[in-house]
Amino acid sequence: MVDLWLQFLLTLDATCRVATPLILCAMAGIFSEKSGVIDISLEGKMLMSAFAAATVASLTSSALAGLIVAIGISVLLGLLHGLASVTLRGNQVISGLAINILASGLTVTVGIAIFQQGGQTPTLERDERFRPVELPLAEQIGNFPVVGTIYKEVISGHNILVWTAFATVIVTAIVLTKTRFGLRLRAVGEKPEALDSAGVSVAKTRYFALIIAGVLCGIAGAYLSTAHGSGFVREMTAGKGYIALAAMIFGKWQPRGALLACLLFGFLEAVASRLQGVQLPLIGAAPVDLILALPYLLTVILLAGFVGKAMPPRAIGEPYIKER
Amino acid sequence: MAQPNEKPSGETSLPLAIDLSNINKRFGDVHANKDVSLQVVSGHIHGIIGENGAGKSTLVSILYGFYTADSGSIKINGVATPIVNSADAIARGIGMVHQHFMLVPNFTVLENVMLGHEGGLRIDVAAQNARQTLEKLSADFGLDVDLDMIIEDLPVGLQQRVEILKALFRGAEILILDEPTGVLTPQETERLFDVLRALREQGVTVLLITHKLKEIMAITDDVSVMRAGQMVAHRKTFETSPPELAELMVGRKVVLKVDHSPASPGGDVLVVADLCLNSPGSAGALKDISFTLRAGEIVGIAGVSGNGQSELLDVLSGITPPSRGGFYIDGRYISRKTPANPAILRDLGVAHVPEDRHKRGIVLPFSAAESIILGYSAASDEGEGWWLSPETLDTHCRRLMQDFDIRPPNPKLVSGNFSGGNQQKIVLAREISAQPRLLLVGQPTRGVDIGAIEFIHKQLIALRYAGCAILVVSVELDEIMSLSDRILVMNNGQLVGGLTRDEADERRLGLMMAGIGADDHSIWASR
Amino acid sequence: MSAPHDLPRWADVGLIPLINLLAALVVSGIVVAFIGENPIEAMMVMIKGAFVYKGSLGYTLYYATNFIFTGLAVAVAFHAMLFNIGGEGQAYLGGLGAGLVCLMFDSVLPAIVLLPLAIIAAAGLGAVWGAVPGYLQAKRGSHIVITTIMFNFLGASIMVWLLAGALKAPGQMSPETRVFSDNATLPFIHEIANAIGWEVARSPLNLSFVVALLACVGVWVLIWRSRLGYAIRATGHSAKAAEYAGISVSRVLIITMAISGGLAGMMAINEILGVQHRIVLNFTSGYGFTGIAVALMGRNHPVGIILASLLFGALYQGGAELDFEFSTITREMVLLIQGLIILFSGGLAYMFNKPLARLLAMILRGKRQTEAQHG
Repeated sequence: MVDLWLQFLLTLDATCRVATPLILCAMAGIFSEKSGVIDISLEGKMLMSAFAAATVASLTSSALAGLIVAIGISVLLGLLHGLASVTLRGNQVISGLAINILASGLTVTVGIAIFQQGGQTPTLERDERFRPVELPLAEQIGNFPVVGTIYKEVISGHNILVWTAFATVIVTAIVLTKTRFGLRLRAVGEKPEALDSAGVSVAKTRYFALIIAGVLCGIAGAYLSTAHGSGFVREMTAGKGYIALAAMIFGKWQPRGALLACLLFGFLEAVASRLQGVQLPLIGAAPVDLILALPYLLTVILLAGFVGKAMPPRAIGEPYIKER
Repeated sequence: MAQPNEKPSGETSLPLAIDLSNINKRFGDVHANKDVSLQVVSGHIHGIIGENGAGKSTLVSILYGFYTADSGSIKINGVATPIVNSADAIARGIGMVHQHFMLVPNFTVLENVMLGHEGGLRIDVAAQNARQTLEKLSADFGLDVDLDMIIEDLPVGLQQRVEILKALFRGAEILILDEPTGVLTPQETERLFDVLRALREQGVTVLLITHKLKEIMAITDDVSVMRAGQMVAHRKTFETSPPELAELMVGRKVVLKVDHSPASPGGDVLVVADLCLNSPGSAGALKDISFTLRAGEIVGIAGVSGNGQSELLDVLSGITPPSRGGFYIDGRYISRKTPANPAILRDLGVAHVPEDRHKRGIVLPFSAAESIILGYSAASDEGEGWWLSPETLDTHCRRLMQDFDIRPPNPKLVSGNFSGGNQQKIVLAREISAQPRLLLVGQPTRGVDIGAIEFIHKQLIALRYAGCAILVVSVELDEIMSLSDRILVMNNGQLVGGLTRDEADERRLGLMMAGIGADDHSIWASR
Repeated sequence: MSAPHDLPRWADVGLIPLINLLAALVVSGIVVAFIGENPIEAMMVMIKGAFVYKGSLGYTLYYATNFIFTGLAVAVAFHAMLFNIGGEGQAYLGGLGAGLVCLMFDSVLPAIVLLPLAIIAAAGLGAVWGAVPGYLQAKRGSHIVITTIMFNFLGASIMVWLLAGALKAPGQMSPETRVFSDNATLPFIHEIANAIGWEVARSPLNLSFVVALLACVGVWVLIWRSRLGYAIRATGHSAKAAEYAGISVSRVLIITMAISGGLAGMMAINEILGVQHRIVLNFTSGYGFTGIAVALMGRNHPVGIILASLLFGALYQGGAELDFEFSTITREMVLLIQGLIILFSGGLAYMFNKPLARLLAMILRGKRQTEAQHG
């Protein structure tokens, strides 16, 4: 019984770690899409910044420097997406897709040029990564039943970026509902002409949202290569950006809902990796691949309106054209 | 100062709130504003009147910073001011109520009013301040509205009130209203005018854009007339008259009289029986509609737009199935259980000139030859079975272009590149050449020049003589009165009354459109 | 999709794609230079690798076959204003369809029956994988982009599950099926050519290329010469007009996505029936996404798509050559170029339009003035 409880807690702990990049990207997606810009480039931004973070960390021996450059690169890609979808009024899906493909090509090409390791970065040393931080008293109260074990196994022992991700959710929620920028952001995704006629620039508001999205994806990328992993591996995002997109939709474009969806999807992944190769009674080998596919399936079902209706912002995907 | 247009009549002694001179604006090949000058006296209600497409909306959009003028100067309260965006306009005390409301539909009234003028980073604090200001404004001008309602739950009349509140909240001393009465009943219009008078009392300058003469005469102090992108006249309202303004608007004396001898109707073609349509969200778009339309007669449906006329056309043409009740076409019953799509109804002889030409009537990027078979591509004379033959389409299109004088007569030209009148002729050619039993016509002359209007009206009358039953829906009362043998009036999804051609006058129709003073139903509906 | 206003048609169709390509190549060249190699040299290597070396043209055309199918798939959907980015998954499932038919019947049916059946199965399963998102868009309002993305992942999961489980060849470690017998394979072009006494170098180019060209003709007829094509275009340009015309919009959307998915599914016949002769993991290798670039460059027209497919075929084959020639450049360079082409011809589609339109107007005016002076 105690063992099972511990197993459960360890799975939750893994959930937090797996969900971190999802949460960051989902919040990035909320900022972008609330402003009316479809963002399927979460994946590409995360991949590029994962590469940038590991590269810079490896070259400078500083995880922080890696993080900063990662954010910078991701913001640049966000601005490129803005140029395409806000300024030039191009197709937002195509622009996002282009960024994703670009990221796949660029990371490997530049990676080989710098490190000659087939597109990977060298394995990062201790100091080049974000290390887990034990919270105070974790050891002392760790044996305390329930609360103590949860504190020790689930809450404590993460690196700073994990907590950052969770904090981001709270900040996002506050920004959206309580601030001037949040009001304008929600307005620009629903009815940009209302904002324009109120004398606020639609383009600036959207660019600002895309910059914030870039920052968050940058943190997510840095987390993957310099905190969760220890170096960049080609295609290391492996569709996480799309899962985050799915989670954002699953959470109906709301921070709280998206957080829960990210935790659910992260939990599924954590469970799947625990079940790898495990023989289950009745079923036989655990269908790990199918468990991993559940987030996609659930999102399709939700989008089809079979469990409540997910309403995207009304003006999403439409470039704002003032002059007829 | 050289004025290319007629000299404005406003006395120079009075302070001017707005002084525009030689404004020019082009959209591609269209010269939407040509050397337009306008002087508006502070504290007056000033009207700008003109036909659709005369350039009124463009002009006020420039004034509000939505568009930027190619050339010309703007003076506000005597000070030369460049206005490059709405923020500039707002800063100069200009507010605008747009034809299409600029409200975020899922925001509350309060959020909408605050948007862009929060006065701080935190909106909870801003909301408190705004609430106080708004309550005072509401009281001063009789603009009652619940600040916590969601916009999309409000009727349009109230949404418009929010727009006015929004402008005042931002400190507007000059208020522009672009076609504000299009969505209102005559009674709501009266209320709006009361508000405007109250605003004038407080020293607010009002610029009212409209194409309705009646409104100009009812409320304005001064009036300017626009035609084809130019400002053609300025008058003091009490010195002018509706006939003079009408003539100035269209550039010649208008005789919208068509040769219209009494109808000699034949048998029933369309019998509508207790037709109902539930629309999602609201109570009902159509309620118990019953009437009869006979061969060889034109029945007009009058009403303020948005009172169910569009829905009625959609149901009768098969686009939307009825929720309850139904209608007979030459005895064949169409209802929820026995539905018919537009293709089936066309086979039954129902043709339809849709209200929204650009969205429904033609496909803008299609060639004329392709648009002119829209809905009829299954008809046998355009080719057999699965395939379309470009040659057949071309010949067919050329023939219709000749018959209906469509210009330029080029079947390969993209539909969107024809003028409004010629686009409408493409639609009419298609529908009339199908030799229908019943023709449904929505807004036959919307956005169409005078020459085409006469042509279109003549075509409709000719079709009536040929024994076709015609149902005309139009928001232009003049059009309804000059075309129809009988007139039915819709209000709030119901038929509220009917008049014969001889009984109809603007006052009686207006009252009925507002939903009051309905005559006895039984007499007209079944006749 | 893109409707540039001010440009003459020849410039829009001919010049703009070339400018986009040039822009993509220039940026890629900068990256190559940054890496420390000579961009011109790399370019020459690619061109030689794609066209000059023995058998290289065959490889180029073999890649182009994939892109024709996936490009057509994207283009057909575009005409109904549907953005099908699920070509990858549809092609994958198409491979399953073709493969299953071969695995079941390759010992009983002759090639003449089996191959058409396998092709139909490939198109059929691809069509299903396209039609379901089409249905969800038409009837339930789910955004087609998101649903097709999800279907790519779902398809991949199903394939991994099957190939690592039920379909795995007995006694095999790698996740793939057994090899089909010979009557379940499409003949290679070099085999056919050699049989009629024409000396052609070995390459993976096979009969699928001919099927792809036939598909181009088919799509052209469908879109511009058939009632269904009329309905598809009407729906794409204005769903309200289609509805008014009595065209069932949802039916058209579902059928269009089925056709689109079917075309993507047929990509699998090149890979599975033509080259691999078994189902392997990830045989689609991103060709579905390349289809988007192809459709964009080819302006959604079969002729344009053939040209764009040749270009991408050359890029892929030439990219493989880069791998050999340079230690520092790999074929991922091609992904970079592809991403840039999509960016320039899709996302930044309007960037070159206005300057070009202005330039053309200037040239034309200049010409007219000269004429006026002489006349």
